[in-house]
Amino acid sequence: MAQVVRLAAVDKTYAVRTRAGRVRRRRREVRAVSDVSFTIESGEMVGYVGPNGAGKSTTIKMITGILTPSAGRIEVLGLTPTVDRRRLTRRIGVVFGQRSQLWWDLPLIDSFELLHHVYRTERARHDANLAAFTERLDLGGFLDVPVRQLSLGQRMRGELTAALLHDPALVVLDEPTIGLDVVSKYAVREFLSETNRERGTTVLLTTHDLDDVEHLCRRMLIIDRGRVLLDGAVDRFKAEHGNDRTLVVDLESAAEPLPLRTGQVLRTDGPRQWIRFDRRRTSAAAVIAEVTAAGAVRDLAIEEPDIEELIRRIYASRTEGSPGDGVGL
Amino acid sequence: MSRLWWEIARRSFRRASSYRLATASGVFVNTVFGYLRASILIFVATAAGGSIRGQSATDLATFAFVSQGFIMTIGAFGDHELAERIRTGDVVIDLYRPADLQLWWAATWFGRSGFLALARGIPPVVLGALAFDLEWPDPLWHWLPFLASVVLATTVGFALRFCSNLLTFWLLDNRGVEQLLTVLISFFSGLVLPITLFPSWLERIARALPFASMIQLPTELYLGRYDGMEIVSVLAQQAGWAVALLLVGRAVLRAATARVVIQGG
Ligand SMILES: Nc1ncnc2c1ncn2[C@@H]1O[C@H](COP(=O)(O)OP(=O)(O)OP(=O)(O)O)[C@@H](O)[C@H]1O
Ligand SMILES: [Mg+2]
Repeated sequence: MAQVVRLAAVDKTYAVRTRAGRVRRRRREVRAVSDVSFTIESGEMVGYVGPNGAGKSTTIKMITGILTPSAGRIEVLGLTPTVDRRRLTRRIGVVFGQRSQLWWDLPLIDSFELLHHVYRTERARHDANLAAFTERLDLGGFLDVPVRQLSLGQRMRGELTAALLHDPALVVLDEPTIGLDVVSKYAVREFLSETNRERGTTVLLTTHDLDDVEHLCRRMLIIDRGRVLLDGAVDRFKAEHGNDRTLVVDLESAAEPLPLRTGQVLRTDGPRQWIRFDRRRTSAAAVIAEVTAAGAVRDLAIEEPDIEELIRRIYASRTEGSPGDGVGL
Repeated sequence: MSRLWWEIARRSFRRASSYRLATASGVFVNTVFGYLRASILIFVATAAGGSIRGQSATDLATFAFVSQGFIMTIGAFGDHELAERIRTGDVVIDLYRPADLQLWWAATWFGRSGFLALARGIPPVVLGALAFDLEWPDPLWHWLPFLASVVLATTVGFALRFCSNLLTFWLLDNRGVEQLLTVLISFFSGLVLPITLFPSWLERIARALPFASMIQLPTELYLGRYDGMEIVSVLAQQAGWAVALLLVGRAVLRAATARVVIQGG
């Protein structure tokens, strides 16, 4: 299979000027990405995750040719992004969750029509794509509405369409689900996975929502402080690092930490207790049964570890020198 | 590709036309200012004994209303849409499109100008003609160089504002620059006072600047101050400024893009 994206030892440092005294400015270098290498094959769907400021957007900007790497090499669809940006723009689609490429004052359909002229797509293909996307993303009801009047979820569906109308080989999305409700998130995910499946579009997306990655991607890259901590299959990662669950219970009244066999109370706050258990050893039902036997329960919920938590653990396991060391799962 | 610019311009025209209330109140304001400027200029001419520097009261009233008519078309007061996109960072999205950014904004600008020429251009002049004795291009073919001149003035207006908008890449807030530019345009273009009424040394300076191409020169063409080859030379001067400033805009755009691409905006 062809390589769509290839990063080799990529660094990016930003020069930041900070005040030092009344007039003097000090030039400081912020290393946003360091020594990042990975490749993405045609047809893959990769989740790129990491905490705030990890370097995700910086990587995406370099891949799409909007930012020059300070060191290292990047190749996308056989092109060097910053050198061949114009040529590359025809073959990639980009979505920034926080930004819009739609025309604010114009009806949604006008933005699509303009994109037809921007990319000089064939009329028939444009119409066919638009019809397909309209149906899948349920755009029919607001194609004629000015973009500024759309809800965030509606707008994001418009953004996805705009990014994919010209049949890009690669689509890069920076937090496409940010701020969306469950229904809209679901629509976005469905759409992306269908597009990937049916058109063979390669997808790279960043997100803070591990659910996105779980539902969409077979592979994920975890980046933190500019370095890739892990690059591997999502399933395997979860099997190795994401097996514990936290049961949050609200008891009728404040109590001492419940003495439990199936799990362990992490902390308490008045009537609320956080109980950790390993889902490989006990079922949630068993823990709940033991808790309800131990005291009157008013409410309960089960939490999965989030990305930040998992990254903390990867760090911990690495510093302990455990088998997690090898990183490449 | 040219189809794209047409499609953009068309939509920009339509978008401008959707602000009905703004258009109506704009026509009102333009007309009031036309009355004001015409009255003052007529007063000046009368005080000077009927005409000043070879310009009659009718010439000056016409100057006021005609310039008042196309002042919006040429975008004398600017536009900050691009600056806004730069400030919010949305401009990055524009760089992802396989389309030239300067031509893109030019198409937007001309689309809007087209609407403003119709909606904000004709009414003030017609309303002015109701109350004042105005002149019309004579001979009739003088309309042609006048209209060509307004198109060139619009291009100069665009080229200037494109540059000042792009400065947002370095300044974060370019409103100061915009205001300064508006002041320079208002004063040196002949908007506040026809530059023919300036002291002659100042008039020479004004004629050497690009701003005269925006209002003074088109209006003088309308009034028939030039004939034959003079007309060609006036249009050439405007075209020269337009091209020069567009090239400056191109260089600034290249520098801005390089800055974004290297520093991350
Ligand atoms: N234009 C810039 N100038 C200076 N520093 C920057 C610039 N852009 C990003 N940085 C810094 O680079 C680092 C990585 O930022 P980046 O935006 O890539 O993170 P991210 O992973 O996308 O984070 P988030 O999840 O918050 O979007 C951060 O420390 C950030 O402050
Ligand atoms: Mg980011």
